[in-house]
Amino acid sequence: MDERIAEMRDDPAVDLTVDGNAIGGMLATMFGVDVTGSPGQCAHCHTVSVVGTMRVYMRGPGVVVRCPACAQVVMRIVKTPTGTYLDVSGASFVRIAR
Amino acid sequence: MTEPFVTRGFVGRRDQEDSGGISGDERGRRTPPGQYLTNDFPVLSAGPTPRTPLDRWAFRIEGLVSHPLEWSWSEFLALPAREWVVDISCVTKWTHLDMRWKGVSLDTLFENVELEPSAAFVIAWSDGGYTTNLPLADVLNNQAFVAFEYDGRPLAPEHGGPARLVVPARYFWKSAKWVRGLRIQDRDEPGFWESLGYHNRGDQWLEERYSGD
Amino acid sequence: MAALGAAAPSTAGPATRAIDWQLATVTATRDETPTVRSFTLGLPGWTGHRAGQHLDLRLTAADGYSVERSYSIASEPERAGEVDITVERIEGGEVSPFLHEVVVPGDRLEVRGPIGGYFVWGASLGGPLLLVAGGSGVVPLMAMARHRARAGMTIPTRLLFSSRGFDEIIYREELERLAAAGDGFEVIHTLTRQQPAGWTGYGRRIDESMLAEVLEPLGASTRAYACGPTALVEVAANALVRLGLPPDRIRTERFGPTGT
Repeated sequence: MDERIAEMRDDPAVDLTVDGNAIGGMLATMFGVDVTGSPGQCAHCHTVSVVGTMRVYMRGPGVVVRCPACAQVVMRIVKTPTGTYLDVSGASFVRIAR
Repeated sequence: MTEPFVTRGFVGRRDQEDSGGISGDERGRRTPPGQYLTNDFPVLSAGPTPRTPLDRWAFRIEGLVSHPLEWSWSEFLALPAREWVVDISCVTKWTHLDMRWKGVSLDTLFENVELEPSAAFVIAWSDGGYTTNLPLADVLNNQAFVAFEYDGRPLAPEHGGPARLVVPARYFWKSAKWVRGLRIQDRDEPGFWESLGYHNRGDQWLEERYSGD
Repeated sequence: MAALGAAAPSTAGPATRAIDWQLATVTATRDETPTVRSFTLGLPGWTGHRAGQHLDLRLTAADGYSVERSYSIASEPERAGEVDITVERIEGGEVSPFLHEVVVPGDRLEVRGPIGGYFVWGASLGGPLLLVAGGSGVVPLMAMARHRARAGMTIPTRLLFSSRGFDEIIYREELERLAAAGDGFEVIHTLTRQQPAGWTGYGRRIDESMLAEVLEPLGASTRAYACGPTALVEVAANALVRLGLPPDRIRTERFGPTGT
């Protein structure tokens, strides 16, 4: 999974996207629980989709999570040596189960 | 916090062998701190690869200029272009020496517009919504160009084609892929990564990776 | 990039949370193909997983440099205190060549998990079950097949498995054994690059007509899981929707653009 993303040979035919599932561990560290099965709503097109099905671009300076319906940015995550930046302004909500 | 666990035998990325006849000393001198050398051209992406047809592509300069300017693809290719051989460093820690591009200097583009006296910052914007910010002073005097060829071939879509900004003296996220325009402003405005923890300037020789770290 | 500031790794008790890093001990390795190797990780604090979940693995150098990668769990949940991961060696990679060349039984590795609440399957979800795999995308599906067999389930299940060549089929012999058990599990191979003499299976990339043929005996209430390179998963998911499966019964895991 991840290993392929980080280490693949260039393939112009395919966009560099994986499923939200791939960042489950990173999100669990931030939210305290695994949210890959949680629904979230895109603030742009209002589509509700499971976090594990969102489109993730992680070959870059940070992680960009996009809506599977409209491709707009739902979340951005940047890890620095001293902390983690989390931007969820593209999400109306993420429902975390009790 | 306790001492971090160390994985037996793991050293991480190593520099790749040189394939271009550059001495080890020189390779060392040209590698910014914290970087490793590669001969690859890794694809980094924050979203889907845009596929704007060339007949609908245009490049704009707008904002604090006497009048906005726009070039179609054929007009852009007719501008004076030159070859650039530059070292590129990505904040994800790879450095690739002597990357060979063809493109138009931002100086050439600015020759065609009159900048307002208050013009101080450039916001590069791209298909797909990406933005990055640079002080005007950091992109003048042949410090930046818009590339449409890499290594003798049209710039591939996954590398930012048809055209991307290239600013060799800054980490590569400043070199916006799929660039479509420059907005000239009097105020700075942090771009896509600069607004989320990355350094506003991003000078790789000063290892300006993150803001505030 | 440095790792998140997590708690110190723990080897202790059963209370270890999925979000904490814990120390695994490599207890065995096994070559699956010339470029694919499985590693058994002993995990005293493992809370148990569901078939389809993955774990994160972190390597740290003496100077503090560290990298993380995710690997699907290959083993069934019934095995207590240990999990298998199966790793394809990616040339020029940073982690997989290290795992293949350096790591031997007795070594310790930091892991976090299990992770994933979406690409999972168990008895409560039922079937019939269609599993679609490309290359090492078979790994989480293998956990489902092993779980199904180990729990004595007879849910009709078909695995459509795309590999480059015969020698590159991961888990080939074990899949033959599972299919020979006569409990409703079938494997259908396609070899995309090279087929041995006398090969009677498919010899092309997975496409809609192939999926139609494989899906047909299972029927319209099938639950489908597809894992592999992004292009393969896209093809499979779109085709299965056109073939009449409700989108909410199709679960996908894309792992990027390489593969068969």
